[in-house]
Amino acid sequence: MVKKDKAFLIIDNIVLILVALFCILPFVLLFSSSFSNEQAILHEGYSLLPRHFDLTAYKYVLNGSNGIIRAYGYSAAVTLIGTVLSLVITTLYAYPVSRKDLRGRSVFSFLLFFSILFNGGLIPTYMMWTGTFHIKNTFAAYIVPTLLMNGFYVIMARNFFAQNIPSAILESAKMDGAGEFKILWSIVVPMSKPILATLTLFISLNYWNDWQNGLYYVTKDNMYTIQVLLNRMLLDTLYMQQGLAKNMAGSIGASMPTSTLKMAIAVLGALPVMIIFPFVSKYLTGGIVVGAVKG
Amino acid sequence: MKKAKHKKINWALYVMLIPGLFYLLFNNYIPMTFTVIAFKKYNFQKGVWGSEFVGLENFKSLFSTRDSWIILRNTVGYNLVFIVISLVIGLALAILLDELKSGKAKRRYQMSYLLPYMISITVVSYIVYALLSTDTGFINNSILKPLGLEPISWYSRPKYWPFILTAVNQWKWLGYNCIIYYSSVISIDDGYYEAAAIDGATRWQRIFHITIPIIRSTIITMTLLQLGSIFRSDFGLFYQVPMDSSALMNVTNTIDTYVYRGIKSVGTLGMSSAAGLYQSVVGFVLVLLANYVVRKIDKESAMF
Repeated sequence: MVKKDKAFLIIDNIVLILVALFCILPFVLLFSSSFSNEQAILHEGYSLLPRHFDLTAYKYVLNGSNGIIRAYGYSAAVTLIGTVLSLVITTLYAYPVSRKDLRGRSVFSFLLFFSILFNGGLIPTYMMWTGTFHIKNTFAAYIVPTLLMNGFYVIMARNFFAQNIPSAILESAKMDGAGEFKILWSIVVPMSKPILATLTLFISLNYWNDWQNGLYYVTKDNMYTIQVLLNRMLLDTLYMQQGLAKNMAGSIGASMPTSTLKMAIAVLGALPVMIIFPFVSKYLTGGIVVGAVKG
Repeated sequence: MKKAKHKKINWALYVMLIPGLFYLLFNNYIPMTFTVIAFKKYNFQKGVWGSEFVGLENFKSLFSTRDSWIILRNTVGYNLVFIVISLVIGLALAILLDELKSGKAKRRYQMSYLLPYMISITVVSYIVYALLSTDTGFINNSILKPLGLEPISWYSRPKYWPFILTAVNQWKWLGYNCIIYYSSVISIDDGYYEAAAIDGATRWQRIFHITIPIIRSTIITMTLLQLGSIFRSDFGLFYQVPMDSSALMNVTNTIDTYVYRGIKSVGTLGMSSAAGLYQSVVGFVLVLLANYVVRKIDKESAMF
């Protein structure tokens, strides 16, 4: 029996390791390719170990004149501002609907729910934001459409508030004469750190990784975020050569390391997420479990 | 008495709701009314309300094209395959993880499975490109060449893409599925397993007669909810991963990519908005249906 158990554990581990390799090796390919020599890649292809270790691609990236650094800055700004605004609007909606004594609570909950179940789709949303609000090529195009308030996140926050904040505490704060905003800020928010941390993680991931708002609403290449730039470069090789080269004319000419540069920029697009990953994986798993069925 | 009741209305709470309500209004509710353009011949100058009403014309032209069948087949077909495979893989991994003894190892595996879930689909497309590019791709150069096989120009061969897209989708989501099932597997009371061990149950018997029956409701709920969104597709997966290659359109065009392409060319905007509305309405009905069934099986898991 014990022997059999051991054999099973070995096979179990082998299967799990193979799956882990399936998940991780593509990242190794991406990283190694970005640290390779352009000529070597052109002759022998992308590989799991860097071919003739070479930092040329990163030198081009860091050469501030080509817009990649600027795109990076845009991504950072969008993520930061978007996450803060989104957290505020989400909490402000979730708290009142978590309160059983709110009149009309069911109406506000329904408005939220129905917005998740039924949506007009891309074309009406696009018409709204471009036609009525003229959001094209503005900073708000990255922040506002679709991403600013996710119904599922509001529900997650609402459920947390309803289950974890005893109404007795709220009552006694009211007795002491605290207003609702004061209660929200100094009682509810500090007591809801786990859910707020989880939402911060998911919302900031959504903003950092978003490329669709950029695809729909941004056409100026000096406003690209890193994800939009990546999207544009992949689908449009010509843009890659002309768009980047025109800003660096002379310094590179025809010798731009296109194949490795692509991978270097993709690495940069994934890097912040991978750096924070070990620190946030606990919240990530927690959030997936909570959000799974309800989201 | 009346006065006391009046005092109870706490205006501050309503003030808090205002930004969210405005957002719902502009992002969701007003655009819902714009779906009428599916029944109009859209004219940019005249706008949504001024354009000429054409009844079901857009729907007629949509359903008379071959595209309507292809986008329906692709959207629903891929979803069905994804649902089955993610259930099998997610569940299997969850059970295999649970059998491990070391908590540290469990966490390490989980973390490596979640890595692809974290990154954007744009970065995923670059990784796929690194694998499949005809001239510089890993598969052509480092696998097919040493085997003496001819390189394949992946981005123009539709027949491989159902498999590629399924693999990429699994790669991105297996960690997520694994965690959902794992969280319900670990919540099973150890007492069941101890009793089974005393009765001399084998590992397989334990898995099929205890684990799976107990987490049945999670399995059913997850599957039904995914069935409810069978009319939706991951736009990035079908648009960006195949690099918008027109040679692959037959196997990569879904309702979402079709609708997006409509924005770009005014000529098909009518049909695209018809497709969008069709997706919203059928999707809505399916979600309600799925939720109704979930409610019958496991009230706790129902969305509403």
